Formats: sequence, structure tokens, C-alpha cells
Amino acid sequence: MRDISYEAIMARKNEIMKKAVGIDYEVFDYGQIAFDYEEMMKKVGYSLEEVRKIQNETKVGNTPLYELKNINKLIKKYSPKGKGARVFLKDEAVNSSGSFKARRAAVSVYHAEKHGYKGVIAATSGNYGAAVAAQALQRGLKCIIVQEVYDSRKIGQPEILEKARKCEAYGAEVVQLTVGPELFYTFLKLLEETGYFNASLYTPFGIAGVETLGSELANQMLEKEGKYPDVVIATNAGGGNLTGTARGLIKQGAKDTKIFGASVDLTGLHMASDNDFNKKSFTTGHTGFGVPFATWPDRADVPRNAARVLRYMDRYVTLTQGEVFYVTEALAQLEGLERGPAGNTSLAAAVAIAKEMDEDKTIVVQETEYTGAGKHPTAQLTFARENGIEVKRGKPEDSVPGESVIIPESFEQLKVNDLSLDKLKKSLIKNAIQKNNIKELDNEDIEFLMEDTNKSREYILDVVNSLDIKIK
Amino acid sequence: MKQVKRGEWVEIEEILLEPEKRAKHLPLDTKKVPLVQWFKGYMITEEANIGDEVEIKTLIGRKVKGKLSDINPKHVHNFGEPIKELIDVGIELRDEIIKLD
Repeated sequence: MRDISYEAIMARKNEIMKKAVGIDYEVFDYGQIAFDYEEMMKKVGYSLEEVRKIQNETKVGNTPLYELKNINKLIKKYSPKGKGARVFLKDEAVNSSGSFKARRAAVSVYHAEKHGYKGVIAATSGNYGAAVAAQALQRGLKCIIVQEVYDSRKIGQPEILEKARKCEAYGAEVVQLTVGPELFYTFLKLLEETGYFNASLYTPFGIAGVETLGSELANQMLEKEGKYPDVVIATNAGGGNLTGTARGLIKQGAKDTKIFGASVDLTGLHMASDNDFNKKSFTTGHTGFGVPFATWPDRADVPRNAARVLRYMDRYVTLTQGEVFYVTEALAQLEGLERGPAGNTSLAAAVAIAKEMDEDKTIVVQETEYTGAGKHPTAQLTFARENGIEVKRGKPEDSVPGESVIIPESFEQLKVNDLSLDKLKKSLIKNAIQKNNIKELDNEDIEFLMEDTNKSREYILDVVNSLDIKIK
Repeated sequence: MKQVKRGEWVEIEEILLEPEKRAKHLPLDTKKVPLVQWFKGYMITEEANIGDEVEIKTLIGRKVKGKLSDINPKHVHNFGEPIKELIDVGIELRDEIIKLD
């Protein structure tokens, strides 16, 4: 019998992964850090047309796009003269399982079935679990979801408890763990034991699945408004939502549309801390995932992450938890759409940004997610109070993650905080060099870093020189 | 006579890593506690009490062993308490729309 101790399983990581994803990532490698991203997406991903067909078979895609007329009236009220862009919302909650994650799961599960896997496993505490479960059952595959849900007192984050319930409602086996990155050990052990497919969020299949979201919304805006949107805003965590949407927009021809990322600001809370775990009111869409994944995408559970936001992102903004709850309430009370809350981060950003943009411009918020017990502002704020967090009305900028959630007093107060893309890009370059132990860079690596940051040769060389790295 | 019989829906617990075995570079508070995991399923063991080693069959038919930790585990999450601050937001925003119209 094989050794299944922590050390033994972790040592077999690469071998287990290769079998469980069925992709030989090494064939795309060149230089010392470079890999051919587009070739990977082409060779192992699926075309837009194929993805549409796959998703159509399992109740995914073709979601409605609405203009948020009442919210737009308030945006106009609080904008300077001539300002106040109109905001549109793509209602992704109507996908099977209740979120845009169904798009990613649909392609992964299709691929797993086609290649003869008997089941799929995903490590996720988010909507993706239910998405994989709902797709797997439709294609006759078994499903295991591994989630981080409890602190050491066995108190579960309500949002994640709800996601566990939903996975079970779709017939999946759910493995629940306490806080800690060693969850990866259980994940690998299960992959090895079962021989199931690793339905990682970060494979080319998953990202190809989101491309239809970008292409659909481009077409819907063209039909409604006679032009593509000026800005699309995506809630950003691991980066797949933004990457896939941006790729879909480009494939559809909406090349001038700007793509912004938005995350809830959880600065100061440590993602692997047992104490901090239940002090956050958002379990996804936050900076605790957004920033590390942007600056080092290959931290994911596959060797090469297909979600690479710094290639596509034109602006990255953060909002406070209270602002997102406020806008979630506005969406329910003004538009008759009870959704979110985490998925509404991009909506909160849109409201703030629309006030700065000209009135003839349009913004598309490209997702919503289902809401329910646990996954709801009232559930989260009750839980926050039980965990010693102060909840009150006030100025959003006075809130401190882990200490207070401040619900704005007025629509006027909603505003975004810009993260420096320049700083994030420099950090990506530094990570690529340091995590790979590079002393001298090849020219092809420089070209790769230019693509990975969407920056010029001079920019890369500047950063590389400041790190005292030589060029071969 | 034991508490739980074969066929009942239960939860089992397993300590995966004791504190001293946990990964390096963890925050200190996390390092102090064990990594624990839970599975749910139908109990296969004939009968057992909470705390006994048992075997279960999960929703996808896999057999897993562990310490019996709960019987018919309840979904404890709910909608929480009404949040007055949010109720107020709804009324304020709707009033604003009425005034604009």
C-alpha cells in the first residue's frame, strides 16, 4: 500500500496532478520562466462555438442583461452635470446552480466525461462547488467538493455552510475542513485515491468557459444600445472571471471596451489565520485572493494558471464590505433583484465609477449570484456581530476589516479606492524571478513578462535591472 | 443499546494533522490547533455512540472511516436577525426615487 502521510502525498504532488488534469503543461514551457499561454488556451481549451454548445446542453449561458433604471436615476442624481454613465447588469444567477461559475464547471466536467474520468473533485469554498456538482450530476459523474469552512471552535462561516448544503443538494460528497492551506493534502489524497478529474478553477477549460460571458454581453449591448459597452467590471478573486470575460470580449470584437476588476478590501486579515477566518463578512471576491493571485497566478492548484488578470485589467479598485452590503440592499429594494452579496462587489464599483464617467457611456456589471440563508447580508451581519464586529451606519472610509462594517449613510458616499496596477505588475515580475530562482534572464522570458503584464520591453528591463538580474 | 444504528445519516470527524505536524509559515494561532476534517454519510457500522470509530457511505458511495461526531447533522445557517441599518437603507432609497419621479 502506498504511503499516504502528509509528506509522502505532498512529494507526489506533480505526479498526482498530471494524472488528474490530463494536461502536460511542460510542452508549453520555454526559456526559464516563460510558457506559451495562447498556445495552451488553443490546444487544450475549447473554441467559443464549442463552449456555447457544451453549456447549452446543461442549462448554462444566455443569461439576461438588464438596465438598472432606478439605480441609474440615483447615479444621475449624485453625478456632476454631464456625468453619470448608465449601468447594466448581467444576471448570471439564473445559470444552473446560481452563478457564473456554472460556465467554468460546464466545460471542465464535459472534458472530464469525454476523457473517461468517473468523477470530478474541486477544492473550493465558493459557488464553484455547487456549479461542479450540478454539472457532474447532469453528465453522470460523481463529485467531491473539498472546502475550508470551520474555525477551530467548529464555527462555520454562514456563506460557506450554505454552499456545502447546496453541493449536497446536488448529490456531491462534501469534505469540510478547518482553516489552513494543508487542505491541499486532502485534495491530493482524494485525487490519488479516486482517480477523479481535478476540476480546478484555473485550467484552460475553466477559463474558456467564461469567455462566453464576455461574448454574450458584448452582443447583448450591441443589440440594446447599438454599441459595445465602454467599461465592464468584474468582481475579482482568483482572476478567472475577469480573464475569461476579457478574452470573450476581445474574441467578439469589443476591443475598445475597458475591463476593470473590483474586490472587497480585507486588508489586515490573514487568510490562513484561525482567528481572522470568521471576522470577515465576505468569503470571496476580496483582496485576500485578488492581490496574491494577480501578482503570482501560478500559486494555483495547477502548474500553469490560465487566469492571468494583469494581461487584461485596465483598472483595479477596492470597496469596503459595508458599501457592498449597501448596494446589495439597493439592488433588492430598487430593482427587485435579491442577489449576492459577494458578487455585487462589481456593482458597488460600477455605481461609484459611473458618477465619474460621461452620461453617454455605459458600464456592464457582468455577474450576479444567487442569495439565500447564510449567503445574505442579514446572515453575514448577524454573524459579524456575534464575532465582535461593530456594524453601524457611517462613513465607509472609517471601517476597519475585522473590527467594523460601516453601512454608508448615502448613495453619495459610494466610492472606489484604486490599487496601483504599476505596483502589482512590478510585484508579478519580481515574483516570477524570485520564485523561480532566476539569476540571469533569457530574452524569451522578457517577452513573456511583457505579455504577462501587458507592458513594454523598457518597463520590464527597468524592473529587472532594479533587482540586479542580468540579461543573457 | 447504542445511540445510532446502521443506515442513519451521520457526520464523522478525523484529525488530519496534529498541531506539531502543521505546515510551516502558518500564522501562530493556526499552528496551535489541529487540522480537522468532517465527512457526512450513512452509517455502515451496526451501532455506535458519539465518539466511536465508525464507517460511513458518503453521498457518492465512497466508504470512509472516522470518529462519530454528529447524528443527523443540522444545517445551522439561517438569515440571521433583521438588520435595522439595512431596513433603513431600503426605505431611504425608495423615498429618493419617489421624490425624483
